[in-house]
Amino acid sequence: MNITTLITQLTEVILAVIAAPLLMGWVNQCRSWLQNRRGAGMLQPYRQIRKLFHKDAVIAAHASPLFRLVPYVQFASMCLAAAIIPSLWTGLPFAVAADTIALVGLFATARVFLALAAMDIGTAFGSMGARREMLVGFLAEPALLMVFFTASLISHSTSLPTIVETLAHGRLAIYPSLAFAGVAFLMVLLAENARIPVDNPATHLELTMIHEATVLEYSARHLALIEWSVALKLFNYTCIGLALFLPWGLAAGTHSPGDLLLAIPITGLKLLVAGFGLALIESLNAKLRIFRAPEFLATAFLLAVLGLLVHLLLGS
Amino acid sequence: MDYTRFALNPETLPGAVPVRRATVNGETLRGICTAVHESGGLLHALWGCDERDREGGYLLRVALQDDAGLLLLELPVDAAQLCFPNVADTFPAADRMQRAVHDLLGLRPQEGDTRPWLRHGSWPADCFPLRRDYAGSEPPTAEDYPFVRVTGNGVHEIAVGPVHAGTIEPGHFCFSVVGEKVLRLEERFGYAHKGIEKRFETLPLMDGQRLAARVSGDSAVAFSWAYCMALEGLCGVTPPLRALWLRALCLERERIANHLGDLGALGNDAGFAVGLAQFSRLKEDWLRTNQRAFGARYLMDALVPGGTRCDLDAAQRRDLLDALPPLTAELGVLRDIYDDHTGLQDRFTGAGCVPPALARRLGLIGLSGRASGQSWDLRCDHAHAPYDALAVHMAGRLQGDVAARVAVRFEETLESLRLCQVLLENLPGGDVRGSMPPPAGRLGIGWIEGWRGPVLVALEPGADGSIRRCHPHDPSWQNWPVIEHAVIGNIVADFPLINKSFNLSYSGQDL
Repeated sequence: MNITTLITQLTEVILAVIAAPLLMGWVNQCRSWLQNRRGAGMLQPYRQIRKLFHKDAVIAAHASPLFRLVPYVQFASMCLAAAIIPSLWTGLPFAVAADTIALVGLFATARVFLALAAMDIGTAFGSMGARREMLVGFLAEPALLMVFFTASLISHSTSLPTIVETLAHGRLAIYPSLAFAGVAFLMVLLAENARIPVDNPATHLELTMIHEATVLEYSARHLALIEWSVALKLFNYTCIGLALFLPWGLAAGTHSPGDLLLAIPITGLKLLVAGFGLALIESLNAKLRIFRAPEFLATAFLLAVLGLLVHLLLGS
Repeated sequence: MDYTRFALNPETLPGAVPVRRATVNGETLRGICTAVHESGGLLHALWGCDERDREGGYLLRVALQDDAGLLLLELPVDAAQLCFPNVADTFPAADRMQRAVHDLLGLRPQEGDTRPWLRHGSWPADCFPLRRDYAGSEPPTAEDYPFVRVTGNGVHEIAVGPVHAGTIEPGHFCFSVVGEKVLRLEERFGYAHKGIEKRFETLPLMDGQRLAARVSGDSAVAFSWAYCMALEGLCGVTPPLRALWLRALCLERERIANHLGDLGALGNDAGFAVGLAQFSRLKEDWLRTNQRAFGARYLMDALVPGGTRCDLDAAQRRDLLDALPPLTAELGVLRDIYDDHTGLQDRFTGAGCVPPALARRLGLIGLSGRASGQSWDLRCDHAHAPYDALAVHMAGRLQGDVAARVAVRFEETLESLRLCQVLLENLPGGDVRGSMPPPAGRLGIGWIEGWRGPVLVALEPGADGSIRRCHPHDPSWQNWPVIEHAVIGNIVADFPLINKSFNLSYSGQDL
């Protein structure tokens, strides 16, 4: 590892952390536009985070140290994930340390900690949210793994940068298996990031919440970190999707500075389009009845398995 | 129906709606309640009055609805025994009203639930604010409220409210659930108790409609019209025809505004934010038109005893008429979107189902009643002026689920738009306010089909133009307990949607 790769690695993580709320703001802004509303502007998540950091935290008297710790665990996990995901370039020294399976594990760890913190306070909503969050999680993770396996079969590696390098810089080919995996991944993305149709991030109705119910007791800097890591999670998932299914424009491992600089606007453009697509899906759909979520995720799993079978049977 | 076997000799009260009044004893009261229930009638309201300064003792009033109109039964209650026969076994809706009578007056049903309803430790258990000799009370005392416990393997409780995550009225909902499935819901209200009935007693008769309009802000026109109707009945006058038509216009505009808001909110509660955005826009335009024509967005104080506060000139009429066709067209488009949206229909259909038999047993009324096959609408069944000239089409469904209540809302909004058109095009000329002589009667009843259901105001005049007793009754009293049944077997996450599909008033029943 030389100093240049270290710098590119750090730049990528820092850019991800800074840009994540912007993606969230863009999605919300697109949703507003699609609903004929003016919207609060793309910078609203930054204002929200800044406001929360300036407030005094209120913590329940029964809270254990775990409750205070979890926002930092969340934020750190998402930063670590950002270091593994090739959002701008594939030459990531950290990526050697963890492959896609470890990445799924990282997301799962963050989720387990969030569920523990939700139950820590002992309110009915926290436990209810934790229960539902784990329900969604344990159905979404296998589907996500299957998506990754489909992509790994093509590149014969579970390392995300290698997969992306193979897809982006290998011979130009159309992979039908990836079409199945792509739809499955989109469904997992919606579920994992608490978006419509699985969860409604904008609701104020405690009883319908999934993700929001787990963080109801957080305030001030803790909530700011949680909201930031939620934005970062959406950013990470979107970047995984773009890297796997639209990898063109990512700088290769053996990059020149020109490639690196070019990758930033290309990724930015792809994120804008993806964000609009996400807002479109959310505006067109209603929230599923909560027991339809397993059906939704089972469909995602089925599609991912179909992708795998298509690859094994057709060899493409 | 025939009451000859009860030797009932009812006196017809003067006024725009058919009301008969009769004094009964305890046995007859129970007998008539059973007979009315068996013939398909309903309990509308139950309240008490302190009559110790006049006849001695107290008076319990029970308003029943049969096919001939309202039957008002008066039961004298002895001041020493403070006890009346329980009617909640016939009409389950009476249970909370009987508990409220005890909290406010100290009269107790002979059997039944004895827990407080409106009293949240805000005044001691032996103080009764609606008694005439009540002179303030001690500071509040905290008390435990015994909720009904559900036990069993895996059963746990989710307590929601009275403070909610959204900006809504206060109410407590105690769910007993297994996993996501609701085994039992118990409601606890009274957090919005403001002492409205006591406040009425300090107001002049000619001013009471202003407080009536504020009983439940979304039903301002319905309550103030009911108050004015009661007072006009007492005074033996009929307002000018133009005023009545303007009142009906206000009432239909109130209905449309609320239905538009609810339809949007129902879409939003199912995660379809586009619906909320569109309906909110339509509702806001509608409210601004109200502001231009009547000087108040929610038509607060548009009605006064004897007529209406303001008149419409030709330009305002044109303005109101011009707003109707675009809204009708947009509503048609949105209705198609709602009807064709698979996700929305999946959430609406089958959720919070109240089958017609259950609705009849529990006495579900108003809009939610019509969605459960209880085809009863005051504007059609006992049409008073101007509805007798309008031939209102009654909306109705039999399914009794959220989808049915949404469909009834769409139909009623479209029908109300038609009524607005007719009312504006054929508005009679003349004055909008008649004179009000001093009251001649002892009891006046106002009965108006508000957007949520029929609201009732019972008004007694005191000496020198004061109010002796005024009881405003919102249909939420009867419909809230039905929600407890509607959610059984549903999942907890669907409760907000089911609750919104009824959209009942907290303030209107907490008084």
